[in-house]
Amino acid sequence: MRSFCERLLALVFALSVVCVAANAARADAYEDALANFLADSFDDTIEGINAVAASGHPLAEKVIVALQDGRLLFSAEEKRVFFKDEADRLFDAASGSPATGSPPADLSPVRLNNRLRRIIEATLGSLTLMAPDPVKRFEAAQAVFKSKDANALPALDQAIAKETVARVKRALTEARAAVILYLDSAAETDKIDAVGIMRERGDQEALAVLRGLPDSNPPAVRQLAADAIASIERTLAAWETVQNAWYGISLGSVLLLAAIGLAITFGVMGVINMAHGEMVMLGAYTTFVVQEVIRTRYPGLFDYSLFIAIPLAFLIAGFVGVLIERGIIQFLYGRPLETLLATWGLSLILQQAVRTAFGPTNKDVGNPSWMSGSFDLGHITITYNRLWIVVFTLLVFVLLLALLRYTRLGLEMRAVTQNRSMAASMGIRTGWIDAMTFGLGSGIAGIAGVALSQIDNVSPNLGQGYIIDSFMVVVFGGVGNLWGTLVGALTLGIANKFLEPFAGAVLGKIAILVLIILFIQKRPRGLFALKGRAVEA
Amino acid sequence: MSAFPLTRALDRATVIVVSLLAAFAILVPLLNLAVPASSPFHVSSYFVALFGKYICYAILALSIDLIWGYCGILSLGHGAFFALGGYAMGMYLMRQIGTRGVYANPILPDFMVFLNWPELPVYWYGFQHFPYALLMIVLVPGLLALVFGWFAFRSRVTGVYLSIITQALTFALMLGFFRNNFGFGGNNGLTDFKDILGFNVQAPGTRATLFAISTLALMIGFLICRSIVASKFGKVLIAIRDAESRTRFLGYRVESYKLFVFTLSACMAGIAGALYVPQVGIINPSEFSPGNSIEAVIWVAVGGRGTLTGAILGAVVVNYAKTFFTSGPLAPYWLFMLGGLFIAVTLLLPRGIVGTVEHWLKRKPQSDAQAATANDVAGSPSGEPAPRPAE
Repeated sequence: MRSFCERLLALVFALSVVCVAANAARADAYEDALANFLADSFDDTIEGINAVAASGHPLAEKVIVALQDGRLLFSAEEKRVFFKDEADRLFDAASGSPATGSPPADLSPVRLNNRLRRIIEATLGSLTLMAPDPVKRFEAAQAVFKSKDANALPALDQAIAKETVARVKRALTEARAAVILYLDSAAETDKIDAVGIMRERGDQEALAVLRGLPDSNPPAVRQLAADAIASIERTLAAWETVQNAWYGISLGSVLLLAAIGLAITFGVMGVINMAHGEMVMLGAYTTFVVQEVIRTRYPGLFDYSLFIAIPLAFLIAGFVGVLIERGIIQFLYGRPLETLLATWGLSLILQQAVRTAFGPTNKDVGNPSWMSGSFDLGHITITYNRLWIVVFTLLVFVLLLALLRYTRLGLEMRAVTQNRSMAASMGIRTGWIDAMTFGLGSGIAGIAGVALSQIDNVSPNLGQGYIIDSFMVVVFGGVGNLWGTLVGALTLGIANKFLEPFAGAVLGKIAILVLIILFIQKRPRGLFALKGRAVEA
Repeated sequence: MSAFPLTRALDRATVIVVSLLAAFAILVPLLNLAVPASSPFHVSSYFVALFGKYICYAILALSIDLIWGYCGILSLGHGAFFALGGYAMGMYLMRQIGTRGVYANPILPDFMVFLNWPELPVYWYGFQHFPYALLMIVLVPGLLALVFGWFAFRSRVTGVYLSIITQALTFALMLGFFRNNFGFGGNNGLTDFKDILGFNVQAPGTRATLFAISTLALMIGFLICRSIVASKFGKVLIAIRDAESRTRFLGYRVESYKLFVFTLSACMAGIAGALYVPQVGIINPSEFSPGNSIEAVIWVAVGGRGTLTGAILGAVVVNYAKTFFTSGPLAPYWLFMLGGLFIAVTLLLPRGIVGTVEHWLKRKPQSDAQAATANDVAGSPSGEPAPRPAE
């Protein structure tokens, strides 16, 4: 029975061999090349690789990649070559179509050794160097830059000559320079040029190439390389400063956004709202809910979700703020320390309420398309979400400044800040101003939450992470005017980021705290303190 | 504090509280150890462990009440001193483990062996000696408070500014202690203690003794606080609480008074932490979390600020409620209750339980005018004669 089956199988095989033979009548160079893989000898395989690559057939790359990964199979009996894709499906290498029928019994992978692997890498590099897709060509150039494989040199020259996209051309040239620097047989003038190209590139990778330069290079080249290393290190150090400054500004703007509402309420009312962080959290959860609704109902609006969330977050957090003021804080005037405790209790309740309603886990808030991604500026990478948050913070700051400066509410708020009893005597309804101030401060915290939802985890503990830093900003900047908060936030943000590389994140924070304690020795009321007798409590 | 203020401090209420505490310190361990479990008078080991913890919290609350209730300093970072004292005790207990650790290293605690530390860091030296550890329990929190307070009070950082800075202090310490390379066991902290002065920490006898010592420490702390607030020094503290600038203008060195009482309070908190650690068997950086410190403040507020007995009562009541609710089906609602407690106490019960009771007792026999003065003293303890809003 069993032998019958085998015979039947053999018959099927024989039939398929006939088919292949028929196809072979129209065989082109590519199929001839494939035949080299059937011999199971390394030399023949090399010949096969080169021939396949030279054939220019659309399947060439696929076959060689399969060979590299050990997914190229052959059947000596049937004289056919197959490859498997990542999902383990079998394809006929000649046609590229899925293999039909049961696979041949003697199917075995084409074997490789290290010499072959190097050749494959180089071949693949040069194959993709010519790819029609510029992104692929760029990636291939990067790969050659890393491998510095001398075999790729002819392909590189060819590709550089043909290349039209400037960015890819530069990458190709740099890759060629890297190859030449590591190639003993290259001419000295070429090497000198190559050092120049590396110096121009001037990033960490160029530095690595120059640092690892083989000792066999002529002294002139090595001297030049040493100069180039020094010069690149200088520029990189400068860029690192720029990078730290940018991170600092980014952190500072987040702090500013979180602290500015706190500064207003503290300035006007002299009380600290420990639930301020929870207003930030409410804003972040508002964003989450808005995005959920958009996802389920109007997926097309997703890119505008933040524009919907910002006013909503302002209103919700602001409304909660007014409620807190009217419900709790107005009864605690003249007792700022108890306000601290009461609002802390409130923050516990709000956190637990959100935890009950939404669960304790992080919520997934997406970036709209215009906020994701990044671009390179010189040697630093700037992500769009950070950039937009900085822009947004400045916008909020300017609006708030204008509100305080040019509106009646702002005027009355400033009056109450400077001298509450005098303002009351002049007919300002201080109670109402307090409620409005609290609502405004909380609303801004809500907006801060929308922004923070884009860069941080949205969880019930979101606000807690920012509250102490925000207080530090207020203490440092003083409550005299908003510029204090701006300067305070940016200073703390930048100082934090510049201290981090030396001291680590945690010790940096501790150092900042110590510096603030020392700072308030000099200026107990912060950078921009209100002057006049009204300040002395 | 000489004997004279002590005699003045011994009013009837104080004598009652002290004798109650003394009775508690003797009776509870006795009823736990000597009375068989079948007897209705038996006190369970669970009770001893639970109340031993509460007693330590009460010492912490007492230390907070001393500075907040009588001097108007609201420290939101007193948990830091508590935890530092606890760590000092924990370091002694760690050194006592010796070769019984998992890695059986006679010198290095397990976590250091695990982290491949070659030798004991300098700041761990000496902790194998109990007297040295005792010294550090008082000295470390005290020194930190001294330095911190010197900077803060000298530049007249008061009110909410001070509260926020103290909160930042404990937050920074928490971040530090969470790090492995700080040398205090990272986020696992110090645990797996074996024995203290040669006695097994787990043994019922040791636990009962620790309970008795804690209660006695509470009693002594109470007496010290009581004699301070009843002395002339205490009167100055109250004056600072109610009108700091005026007291300064009268010629008192306000910052020296504050610094002394703040440092003393930190030392008390440190002792509380040191007694706490062997009873719960672990100390880790979460003890530094700002939330803990604020919770300790609310114990004082619930019991009654400016009444030392209130601090003790508040610590026990709130913590008992916490144990009761968090172990039952109401556990998810405990934070709501705690938050509500913060709001309710500040809004509706500003004097706290003891303060309110005292107020009622005083009001009965006295005339209305006297009640009004008492009201004024208790009404604005935050020290800021802030203008009332015109409404």
